[in-house]
Amino acid sequence: MTPEEETEYRRRQKARNLVVAGTLLFFAVLFYAITLVRIGDPG
Amino acid sequence: MNTAAPPITPASAAPNAAALPAEWRDFFTLTKPRVMTLVIFTAICGVLAAPGTIHPVLAFTAILAISMGAGGSAALNHWWEADLDKGMKRTANRPIPAGRMRSEDARDFGVFLAAVSVGLMGLAIGWLAATLLLVAVIYYAVIYTMWLKPRTPQNIVIGGGAGAFPPLIGWVAVTGDITAMPLLLFAIIFFWTPPHFWALALFVQSDYAKVGIPMLPVVAGEKATRRQIMIYTLLLTPIAIAPWAIGGTGWIYGSVAVVLSVLFMALAWPVGARMKAEDDKMLPEKALFKFSIVYLFVLFAALVVDRLAAYQGWLA
Repeated sequence: MTPEEETEYRRRQKARNLVVAGTLLFFAVLFYAITLVRIGDPG
Repeated sequence: MNTAAPPITPASAAPNAAALPAEWRDFFTLTKPRVMTLVIFTAICGVLAAPGTIHPVLAFTAILAISMGAGGSAALNHWWEADLDKGMKRTANRPIPAGRMRSEDARDFGVFLAAVSVGLMGLAIGWLAATLLLVAVIYYAVIYTMWLKPRTPQNIVIGGGAGAFPPLIGWVAVTGDITAMPLLLFAIIFFWTPPHFWALALFVQSDYAKVGIPMLPVVAGEKATRRQIMIYTLLLTPIAIAPWAIGGTGWIYGSVAVVLSVLFMALAWPVGARMKAEDDKMLPEKALFKFSIVYLFVLFAALVVDRLAAYQGWLA
């Protein structure tokens, strides 16, 4: 792998990691909200 | 009519794929974001038009799960058809045929997205809606993409069934049961898809024939396609009006459905009655295709407005 390819490799990896982190955070918040709604729902 | 099935198998890995990890944008592309707009819109309409109430967080979750299921199915479609996509100009730049992604990554992403969507729907909303979502995913990814699309020129009719699931699932997410109304919403999209797509197929030169997919205009010819457009338009009309006729909606939806149906038939008639001439600009076909998009959006919007009007007591 050339240095340019390695830089590109790292850039893509970092971008993907950020998207995964954002998605996980989003789902953590969503599940928290769903739990609150479900607990508050007597039905 | 059946034709011999071409040997379609999931794509072999693209020759220059996987030297670099795929961009996250390519994973997003796998979900077919443009198709997703219709999925999200009709799912929202299903949720909003259903009788009953649902917490906004749960409504959002239901629509998210439907979208993720559709995205997962689309990714599986990309995976399975990558070799076909390579041979068509319109699709050659998709992530797998362009060599930007390994086909197994698309497959795994599709399965993961679909599995999470069904689990999310089941845990947050209910298992009837989750089962319907699972059926929709299997219907599109397996029955349509892998089995029937390469085998029958009625593939568009079958594919329309996949697009018809979102409002049904959205409705069931609210009510928890299947009644005539959500089935009619399913039927509207099911019968709307053939005239919509075949009108487009008449004026857009497709590469499908080149890769062995038996599209109706290529296999059965122009005349048969025009006749089928008329047949499906005639079938669509009573189905579009039926939600009002059975008392499932008020006069707002009913009047909009009648007007739209008359316009749809008025535009479909010249398409069904004529044949392509030399240097034909295909104006009736283009008009029908454009109107069909407006038709579906306005019809479903009318359903929601009608429901809101009844709920808010605006018509009382």
